[in-house]
Amino acid sequence: MKNKTPKEFLSPLAAGIGLGLALMFMFLITGHGLGANGFFIRLSAWLSDTLIPLWTENNNFFYTMTGDGNPMNAWISWEIAGVALGALAGSLMSRRFRFKIERGQSIGRITRLMLAIGGGILTGFGAQLARECTSGLGLSGGATLSVAAFVFLIAFFVAGIVVSFISRRIWQ
Amino acid sequence: MNFPLEYTSGSMIIIGGFFFGYFLEVSGLGSPRKLNAQFTFKDWSVFKVMFVAIVVAAVGLWLFDILGWVRFDALRVQTTFFWAMAIGGALLGAGLAVGGYCPGTSVVGFFSGRLDALFFMIGMVIGTWIFAAGFDSLQELYLAAKGVNGETLSTLMGLPTWLILLFLSGIALIGFKMGSRIEAREDSVIKAADLDK
Repeated sequence: MKNKTPKEFLSPLAAGIGLGLALMFMFLITGHGLGANGFFIRLSAWLSDTLIPLWTENNNFFYTMTGDGNPMNAWISWEIAGVALGALAGSLMSRRFRFKIERGQSIGRITRLMLAIGGGILTGFGAQLARECTSGLGLSGGATLSVAAFVFLIAFFVAGIVVSFISRRIWQ
Repeated sequence: MNFPLEYTSGSMIIIGGFFFGYFLEVSGLGSPRKLNAQFTFKDWSVFKVMFVAIVVAAVGLWLFDILGWVRFDALRVQTTFFWAMAIGGALLGAGLAVGGYCPGTSVVGFFSGRLDALFFMIGMVIGTWIFAAGFDSLQELYLAAKGVNGETLSTLMGLPTWLILLFLSGIALIGFKMGSRIEAREDSVIKAADLDK
């Protein structure tokens, strides 16, 4: 795998136009845009319902999510299946697919995985508080010019830049 | 034409998702190092891809609306919950700075071979559980400073949509040019081959 030279990334302009058309396509066929967090809500609710059904069914947040049971019953699960296939196709066709733990050189593998979990916890909590994520609220809300999307995006970029001042070492 | 079609499942949604994942991967946004280089201003791909996509989709939907091909009021426009969305957005920014991904890009990262993305997803499930466990006591924050239902920039400012689109395109263009200039000066764009080092 290592001796295969990866193909260069597509230019941000071309990729942005492609992504914009995919986003518009999704609006036209479903009435809402793209997303990702909804899948993780359903996955979390389903796992929780499997492990501790009584608690999950009495939890006000999961209450509305567990009716369908299987996460495949929601549109977002179909979409995420597509995202997975698209990422596989993109990386395999361009010889960019690599089994690896991506990290900066200043930290070890275990530290990287612990930080990934930590960042994931902040993201999981934050996305439920904001009701959606970067694609569901920032990107899709942005396409309809919703005020909510721009409140989210400004906070996202400002906090990211501020925290990166401390965490930039992780990625160097 | 009578868009939106209001599909809730099926192959068309997989196709839409496919191109979402595909364009994130081919632009390098499945890489946590490339995503984070935006926050240190070294690589402007996140801003460029996102804002071009927003402008393309927003202008496209606006044109379809003018032509009467889409029922714009049937499209989903999120209502603002100011504090929950500002704090939630900030937590996602912090989560990306520490963990390397956001929810969508973690799926792309994992399906282009990155094991760290799987750990990020496990973290998201834990974070969602913590939120669910604290949901009742978070109600005040969750609902604080609610905005007008489905409010857009044009209704907020009382300006026509085309003017907002023009303004947004201007911001995208300025950000794009400024980013390219910084990238060229610092020679700091992360290329596909850099990720093998």
